[in-house]
Amino acid sequence: MIITKSMSDFGRYCLFIARVFSIPDKWKVFFRRTVTEISKLGVDSIPLVIIISIFIGAVCAIQMELNTTSPLMPAYAVGLATRDIVLLEFSNSILCLILAGKVGSNIASEIGTMRVTEQIDALEIMGVNSANYLVLPKIVAFVLFMPVLGAFCIFTAMLGGIGVAVFTDLISLSKFTYGLQAMFNEWYVWYGLIKSLFFAFIIASVSSFFGYYVKGGALDVGKSSTDAVVCSSIMILLFDVILTKLLLQ
Amino acid sequence: MIEVKNITKSFDGKTILHDVSATFYTGKTNLIIGQSGSGKTVLMKSLVGLIKPEEGEILYDGRDIMKMTAEQMKAIRKEIGMLFQGSALFDSETVLGNVMFPLIMFTDKSHDEIVERARFCLERVNLKGAEDKYPSEISGGMQKRVAIARAIALNPKYLFCDEPNSGLDPKTSILIDELLSDITHEYNITTVINTHDMNSVLGIGENIIFINKGYRDWVGDKEKIFTTTNQAVSDFVFATRLFQEVKDYIVKTEKPEK
Repeated sequence: MIITKSMSDFGRYCLFIARVFSIPDKWKVFFRRTVTEISKLGVDSIPLVIIISIFIGAVCAIQMELNTTSPLMPAYAVGLATRDIVLLEFSNSILCLILAGKVGSNIASEIGTMRVTEQIDALEIMGVNSANYLVLPKIVAFVLFMPVLGAFCIFTAMLGGIGVAVFTDLISLSKFTYGLQAMFNEWYVWYGLIKSLFFAFIIASVSSFFGYYVKGGALDVGKSSTDAVVCSSIMILLFDVILTKLLLQ
Repeated sequence: MIEVKNITKSFDGKTILHDVSATFYTGKTNLIIGQSGSGKTVLMKSLVGLIKPEEGEILYDGRDIMKMTAEQMKAIRKEIGMLFQGSALFDSETVLGNVMFPLIMFTDKSHDEIVERARFCLERVNLKGAEDKYPSEISGGMQKRVAIARAIALNPKYLFCDEPNSGLDPKTSILIDELLSDITHEYNITTVINTHDMNSVLGIGENIIFINKGYRDWVGDKEKIFTTTNQAVSDFVFATRLFQEVKDYIVKTEKPEK
């Protein structure tokens, strides 16, 4: 039963994506909406990303220092490990799990409300491809802006680690900053970027799908919003495993 | 003119519309009436192509929309305006933005021309001065009028209204009815109104189709309805004492419908 429903939902998702990725009726309108969505989904998420990243960066540095007390480990390993954790997992997987909550619920509830208040029907009656008109700008905007959020995340997480070095006596600033630069592997940045693009697509498209097909009233919009976050999170974790295997091995 | 020929629609094995045929005339206010659950919303959604009946034909001036390709359907949708029960205005757009929307999407007019046309439509529905307000900042009656302005922005040939008076006070309902009737005659539109409101039936019902348990049970107009011998229509329309008294008074002075 669950498998049948999952397959049916996946089929509907594929058909939905096919409708979304058709040629926009008016390119001018599409670009205008994309810019609006960049502001709404991307720029508005920057404060959340900065706050979370600073604290996670700081916590990573403290945890590394407190839990790797070995005479065989150089002191700069704290900075190095903090950097690699941020580059490899935090700035993409963990950040996107957090953003699935904020952006995913925002998208699902917005489109779901449009569905239950017949705004999507109004678009369809006018002859507008509602899936394309509403969803494509969101996907394009979020995928385009995700690297910017990732960059903010990396930068502020490292600032959080530096803050620990500056304001506590756990590690010296010079050793921490040396660790941040030591044995830098450029591919880790590309790896994180590629993953975050996949995850951004998952968040925007899955949340839109749940919102678009909501039936009922306000309660159902709330439920679809929760389902969107849960499903997006699971898909992010699943693709994290797949992409890590493919890109790092 | 829209002709519906023998359409049948079922959901989960339950037939909602049984072999329904009807004609909706150009330049007239065509009303679909019936009890809740009688199938009139399914009929309305079938008419606009949101639901596809299993059998029958729906002809827009001779063009069968059930045999149309997606592209042909898209083209015919530009001739359709629709007023939804809840207005269905776009929350993120201003009143002016809502009316401009179809013009932006489907015309190649300049921005100034689009604004001019949208303002004209808003003036037509007596909403001058509300251009910069958002839907949440205006009353239900004003929302309905914005929705009418949006529906007529592209000069549609067919206008569909799903319960245009629901949630409105009687005075505003009459204003909306008069507006719909005026627009229908002024622009020679085929207007189809799905309604429960007996004031609308008796006020603007030039062609009334009564749907009862999925069947087209009666066709007539606001004059004939007073003298109908169809018990189901009579019970539905004259359910209140006031309407019953009005009917009794009229029946005394007129001959019964043949």
